[in-house]
Amino acid sequence: MNGWWIIKMAWRDSRKNRSRLLFFISSIVLGIAALVAIAAFGKNLKQEIDNQAASLIGADLEISSGKPLTVSAHKLIDSLINLSQSHAEEHQFASMANFIKNGGTRLVQIRALTGAYPFYGALETSPAAAAFTFLDDQKILVDKTLLLQFNAAVGDTVKLGDLNFQIAGSLINTPGKTVISGSVAPTIFMPLSLLEKTGLSQKGSRINYKYYFRFLDNYPVDKLVEHLDDQFEQLSLRTETIASTKENTGRSFTDLTDFLGLVGFIALMLGCLGVSSSIHVYVKEKLPSVAILRCIGARSHQTFLIYLAQIIGISTIGALSGVILGAIVQQVLPWILKDFLPVNVRSDISWSAIVQGILIGLSMSLLFSLIPLLSVRKVSPLYTLRIQSNDRLSISKGDALKNLVYLCIIIFITIFSRFQLNSWYQSIAFVMGISMAFVVLYGTAVLLMKALRQYTPLSWPYVWRQGLANLYRPNNQTVMLIVAIGLGTALIASLFFIQGILLNRVTLSSSKNQPNMVLFDIQSSQKDEVAALIKRSKLPVLQKTPIVTMQLTAINNYTLEDVRKDSTLGFSTRAFGGEIRATYKSTLDPSEKITDGQWIEKSMVGDTAKISLDQSYAKRLKVKVGDRLQFNVQGVVIPTIIGSLREVDWNRMQTNFRVLFPLGVIDNAPQFHVIMTRVPNDRVSADIQQLLVKRFPNISIIDLDLILSVLDSILDKIGFVIKFIGAFSILTGIVVLIAAIMISKYQRIQENVLLRTLGASRRQLFTITGCEYLLLGLLASITGIILASIASFLLAFFIFEASFKPSISVILLLLFGVSGLTLFIGLFNSRSALNQPPLVVLRKEV
Amino acid sequence: MLSVKNISKIYQSGFNKLTVLNNISFEVAPGETAAIVGPSGSGKTTLLGLCAGLDRYDAGSITLYDSLLSELDEDGLAQIRNQHVGFVFQNFQLLPTLTALENVMVPMELQGALNAKKKALALLDKVGLADRATHYASELSGGEQQRIALARAFSNNPKILFADEPTGNLDTETGQKVEQLLFNLNRDAGTTLVLVTHDLELANKTEHIIRLKGGVLV
Ligand SMILES: Nc1ncnc2c1ncn2[C@@H]1O[C@H](COP(=O)(O)OP(=O)(O)OP(=O)(O)O)[C@@H](O)[C@H]1O
Ligand SMILES: [Mg+2]
Repeated sequence: MNGWWIIKMAWRDSRKNRSRLLFFISSIVLGIAALVAIAAFGKNLKQEIDNQAASLIGADLEISSGKPLTVSAHKLIDSLINLSQSHAEEHQFASMANFIKNGGTRLVQIRALTGAYPFYGALETSPAAAAFTFLDDQKILVDKTLLLQFNAAVGDTVKLGDLNFQIAGSLINTPGKTVISGSVAPTIFMPLSLLEKTGLSQKGSRINYKYYFRFLDNYPVDKLVEHLDDQFEQLSLRTETIASTKENTGRSFTDLTDFLGLVGFIALMLGCLGVSSSIHVYVKEKLPSVAILRCIGARSHQTFLIYLAQIIGISTIGALSGVILGAIVQQVLPWILKDFLPVNVRSDISWSAIVQGILIGLSMSLLFSLIPLLSVRKVSPLYTLRIQSNDRLSISKGDALKNLVYLCIIIFITIFSRFQLNSWYQSIAFVMGISMAFVVLYGTAVLLMKALRQYTPLSWPYVWRQGLANLYRPNNQTVMLIVAIGLGTALIASLFFIQGILLNRVTLSSSKNQPNMVLFDIQSSQKDEVAALIKRSKLPVLQKTPIVTMQLTAINNYTLEDVRKDSTLGFSTRAFGGEIRATYKSTLDPSEKITDGQWIEKSMVGDTAKISLDQSYAKRLKVKVGDRLQFNVQGVVIPTIIGSLREVDWNRMQTNFRVLFPLGVIDNAPQFHVIMTRVPNDRVSADIQQLLVKRFPNISIIDLDLILSVLDSILDKIGFVIKFIGAFSILTGIVVLIAAIMISKYQRIQENVLLRTLGASRRQLFTITGCEYLLLGLLASITGIILASIASFLLAFFIFEASFKPSISVILLLLFGVSGLTLFIGLFNSRSALNQPPLVVLRKEV
Repeated sequence: MLSVKNISKIYQSGFNKLTVLNNISFEVAPGETAAIVGPSGSGKTTLLGLCAGLDRYDAGSITLYDSLLSELDEDGLAQIRNQHVGFVFQNFQLLPTLTALENVMVPMELQGALNAKKKALALLDKVGLADRATHYASELSGGEQQRIALARAFSNNPKILFADEPTGNLDTETGQKVEQLLFNLNRDAGTTLVLVTHDLELANKTEHIIRLKGGVLV
């Protein structure tokens, strides 16, 4: 039979249902839009990162070291200087900036620079010339947000350490920096030649030493780096090239867009569920027509193809609308994410994203539609001979093809999420989670119907019983509605809950009686004076902690050298790299719990020190109680035994340490001190900072309230991004809800008219419909909220390692919002049955 | 044309077996008109359905236009229906989303006939509804719908026409008009006709009456 006739029949048959069909399919539009927008955005972003990688790093090669260069490291750098066209050097550290005019102080990131960095891209300043002249003029460039905060201007004076500087320009943009990274510690550029005079180069805190190189064009930098890799590692030098920047930056943003893509995909899935449920009802309504066609002699595959053609048609329209909307949304994404991005992203249309969106949208909506659609094949022509209600044309169960479709859906979702999450483990967990939610909701619906059928008290008023009975009588939409509403609610609730978890972590640490100001880089000779000054200002000294920096040199007598040679030892070479900040004390804080071994307060002369490790750090090192660690404490080798493991609450605002020494081991090692206090308000905070910086220019001060408010605003921005993408799911959920209830209208309308003909009042009909939808909405939203709570709890426990308490207000909001909306749409829909004359409805063949 | 031999039909519902038709045999010759009559629930519709290949029987054999129905699969049956069989139903069974004209065209289109539209218009003219060609079923009265259904039933030049109480849903006057039309069309086309009816008057107009009671011939 020719395909043309099939298409013609599909077209004719859809005639009276087109608006409805379009409405069904609108559920997938938003999901596809989100997918297309995010994919296109991700592609453009990747493109921009690739294009701008050189200016992200600003050089062909960047070498950094966490400690002053050793002699051999210097040799290596010098040899690279000889190979390169030009080079630059930078010392980077945190310190206080003191704005002389109004006395404002703030912790800033100081970048002491010499040389023509950046070689690619530019420091964007106002006035523009300042970027090129500040080094020679011995002036500084100050981040524009700092100038704004302290109401300072170009030409003003800023004191860094012991030295006053004039501001040469306001720093608008630095290569590779995002608005977010700049807001935590705003940057000041100063000439490296003056660092010595500021007295800050002797800081106890860490200075990052950076060397930038520019090579001839086409010089094989990456080959060179690969060649020298062993040397770099041995000298604990880190390298970054344009290629590695491209890769690293690209990867972290791929993760971001992949995550957002997954959130968009959830919207699509929710939409497809809606499509499936709509098509289910649609097909049921079409069964009599199918039976007639079969009677006239159409074959089963022909009738199936007629409806498949319809679905393909509307799905295509849906996918195309989704793509168009996606292209619009894509224009907005760079703006929404701009604070997180190191590059400007254009909003070019991406054809691959469009094709991908159409393919994914079409196949998902087709797969989901196939489940109900396959029933068309099984319709018997016999039904034409017997006048019967639609439900007698029941849809056969246990269809092998249908099971195949289910399998395809699961495979499709797994593969898609695998691409988004880049991990089979996570994608399977994701699919399992969704399936579990599905099963739970399905079960809830089935149980509800069983319970209502058996336990609805006969003593209840007729209208109640009638309304509740609607939930289990033939043609009910209970399962579909509960699954759709429940999944939607669960999704929305999860979004809220997770945001709550993230925010909770921040507010927890800013609570009362916890320190909110940290003073560090205090030298031993200054610590008592500083403490006295704080007390004189009537502020509490909440904690006074010495810090000794050291390096791990051996685990169980294996050195880095051994571990590198023999990978079977099972230790990571990374364990040796970094600088460790340790402290010593006799008694543990209440927040520290020994989980293994025993804490020894004081080490006797001649004993090997028994130290305590943070348990997650021990896990990372792959060591346990009794293992031997050897440290190099600024030249002195100190052997230790792990005496105990501690659980540390990193969420608390205090100095926490991975490595804890007992008294009597490193008490006399070179050290600096941290003091914590609590200031009651901004005014006091500014005063004490000013006082301290004046007396002790080398001390750095972190105002936690400031940091927290910055973090807060960052989280707000993250929250906004998540909400923006999440909104696609929420809107889809609402569309699905409306579609699902609209469909049941077609089924209930005859019945309502009949009841009205029999003399039921509007009020009675309203009560019947109200009972039905209220119970549906309540049950679905409660189940959804419970599911979301479980999911959030698991996420909080395993991923965020935070505690989770569902917010009552969110729960109530969702509970009443969702069931209210369900009730409203349900009642709104029954309106036409109430307002139209019965005759019109009875004649109207749906 | 139609040969029914020792047909039985059993419905199984739960543990109950219900023998709806028991050992029925009859023959209808080409061009002959036959009526199946009997009280409600006697199995008339079931028998008609079996003869038209709409359902499977449990014993016996039915041969329709040289084909043994039990040997055909669903698509085979569909093809037989499309090529050789016409239907008229008590409740008309027009496709609600198709116009009157399109309803008449469908069987021909299924056959791949070339001049479907022209033939359909001619048939509509014959049943006196040419001016309602673009109307939908919901815009027509019951009698008009049944006349459209008649036009559709004859559109594929069936060798045999099955009608289940074609006038059952119509008033006497309209019923008689439709009846008249049915017999006229049938005579013109020389079609074999099997109809189910309560109406003995109608049954008496046919050449052959098959009487059913409680699933057996009487
Ligand atoms: N699917 C079924 N399952 C069980 N019994 C059935 C089924 N379909 C029909 N029956 C029974 O078969 C018997 C015959 O039904 P049928 O429809 O053929 O009667 P009929 O003679 O056409 O009646 P009427 O004149 O009222 O249309 C009835 O008793 C009916 O209840
Ligand atoms: Mg009957």
